[in-house]
Amino acid sequence: MVPILFGRIQTRIVLLAVVGSAVTALLVPVLPLAGPLAERYRGAFLVLAAVGVLGIGWEGLYHLLMQFRWEKDWPTLFGLLTVVPEAALLWVLLDRDVVPGLAGRPPLAAYLLHVGLVWLAVWLVANGPMRVPLLRWRFRGGRLI
Amino acid sequence: MAHASHGPGELTGELLAAPIWSDDLVEAAGIPVSDAPFVTVGGGIGSFVLVDYLRIAGVPTGQIRVLSNLDHPWETYEYLTRVSQIPRPERIRSDSASRPDNIWGFPSYAVSEAWQSRTLRPLIQVFGEPIFSDYWTPRAGAVFAGLERESRRINYPDMLVKGVVRLVRRRQGGGYFTILTPPEGSTATRRMAYRSRFVHLAVGYPGLRFLPDLRAFRETYQDFSHVVNAYEPHEHVYEFLKTRPGTVVVRGGGIVASRVLQRLMDDRERYGLGTEIVQIFRTFVTGAHGPHPWARRKGGDGWAYQGFNYPKSVWGGQLKARMRRLDGEARAQSYAEMGGTNTPWRRRWQQQMRAGRRGGWYHPVQGVVTRVEPRADGMLVSQLTGDTGDREIAAHYIIDCTGLEADITEHRVLADLLAHGGAGRNPLGRLEVERHFEIKGTASGNGALYASGATTLGGYFPGVDTFLGLQIAAQEIADDLARRSWCRRIGPVRSTAQWVRWMRGRGVEDEG
Repeated sequence: MVPILFGRIQTRIVLLAVVGSAVTALLVPVLPLAGPLAERYRGAFLVLAAVGVLGIGWEGLYHLLMQFRWEKDWPTLFGLLTVVPEAALLWVLLDRDVVPGLAGRPPLAAYLLHVGLVWLAVWLVANGPMRVPLLRWRFRGGRLI
Repeated sequence: MAHASHGPGELTGELLAAPIWSDDLVEAAGIPVSDAPFVTVGGGIGSFVLVDYLRIAGVPTGQIRVLSNLDHPWETYEYLTRVSQIPRPERIRSDSASRPDNIWGFPSYAVSEAWQSRTLRPLIQVFGEPIFSDYWTPRAGAVFAGLERESRRINYPDMLVKGVVRLVRRRQGGGYFTILTPPEGSTATRRMAYRSRFVHLAVGYPGLRFLPDLRAFRETYQDFSHVVNAYEPHEHVYEFLKTRPGTVVVRGGGIVASRVLQRLMDDRERYGLGTEIVQIFRTFVTGAHGPHPWARRKGGDGWAYQGFNYPKSVWGGQLKARMRRLDGEARAQSYAEMGGTNTPWRRRWQQQMRAGRRGGWYHPVQGVVTRVEPRADGMLVSQLTGDTGDREIAAHYIIDCTGLEADITEHRVLADLLAHGGAGRNPLGRLEVERHFEIKGTASGNGALYASGATTLGGYFPGVDTFLGLQIAAQEIADDLARRSWCRRIGPVRSTAQWVRWMRGRGVEDEG
């Protein structure tokens, strides 16, 4: 992936909205969560939204780090491993109860499964299948509009 | 047969002098005219990739003609890779997702190889590149096999017309005439004309150029055997070294030098040879280099290291976006910053060179050669001026790996275009094209003349002479043709449907 900043942000938002939502929709009924299904869905989609919103800041940081790379590329591996700091930060924020709309944090196992699988699916789609419907995407630094 | 230079069906003085031709003028010369809305000249991978795009967009074969002296689009590429020491089983220097036989780049070559060989190894390498592993690159043979399959799928042979293109001229009333010289005896007249609304030129590298001192040696001593260019067949050098210990001078520090070194070192190891290698770098890189911390390329032991022939982001990232906005001097400056000869850092090559330096049989040196002369014992002596003073290097053979390219006017079609077609040069001296690869100054009525590949190096997009660069150019040209309502723009639905057909090996669907 050789993104530009706007491409990173657009790609993240669209992939979380499409692929992330699909994975979340399928996953929530089987996640080890308590409460009525509607509440569980609300909580999971808020977590997903938080990954997206925080991600705008993260992408800025990644863009900055990428400047130290001669090729100005972002290796495939980085795209996967960045889940670690991102999930950790969000967990801390959830723990401190500062994520709007969410009271407290979900069980750790459910959180890791949810964020991990969403991330994996988004990463897999971004590394190939995305190019099938969107023929110009890879030549435009990940920009969709 | 009409072979006389001014017989019927030959280019007349009047035609040659006129920058714009009328239908009557061509008819009066007796040159038979064929019509095809879209003509691509070259027939190598550049033509192929564009034709592939157009076919996938739904353009029927009857609308397209490929004028070429090649039987297959990969013919020249295969020849050049083979002589420069990349036979079919070896790997080329190209990204896994740069597939000239697949406009989506998915599945990538690594995925295909993993599938075909039933192994995860390519995927693991791609996953770790370039941090934990070398860049994974496809085998030359896999590239050619893929092109062959795609060529059949889009009915490429139906569009191919054999012959050598002599020139392209603008047509009165719009469009162009392309003059083709078919193989001798295959047609009634010596020349044929193609009348088209659009022409695309993908004629490749205009030719090789030798280093001045090596050219002087070859001309003075008429010796074409001991001084060779890596892009010429030079198997005799490796054969000689198998018969007795010898010294070879390798000139240059790019990918071809790496390949030639690998061959020399592989042979040395495999056959237990006593080959001595002296490599001469004009610019000897000793470490990371570049103007500032965020523009520094790795290097060492003479080499500048880079995964591919441009920084990766020229094909879609920051550099592509930035270059698109630059003109004139600013563009030339940016080319200079990212340019410079370089080669990938590969574990195998590093091992071999380390062994060579330690064993005292591989000597990388800095210097500029001023003269090459034969010695009484038949060896060639290079007079070297370097940072550490002057010295002489004697060798049995000299292999020029500098890959200098000739001026674009060495190609007749391009020279004619500069003289009569309204084309001009870009800051690097090649053909100046628009962002959508139309050659500036050559418009003709509702027609357009495009170019892609090495001919256009120095334009708004830098990576033109690469697989992915040819695909980017093809996409820009196809989209421009769609803007002119000549074909349809490939949108998400068509793209997906056509990809499914590609995966199933089904032919493309023509649009009415």
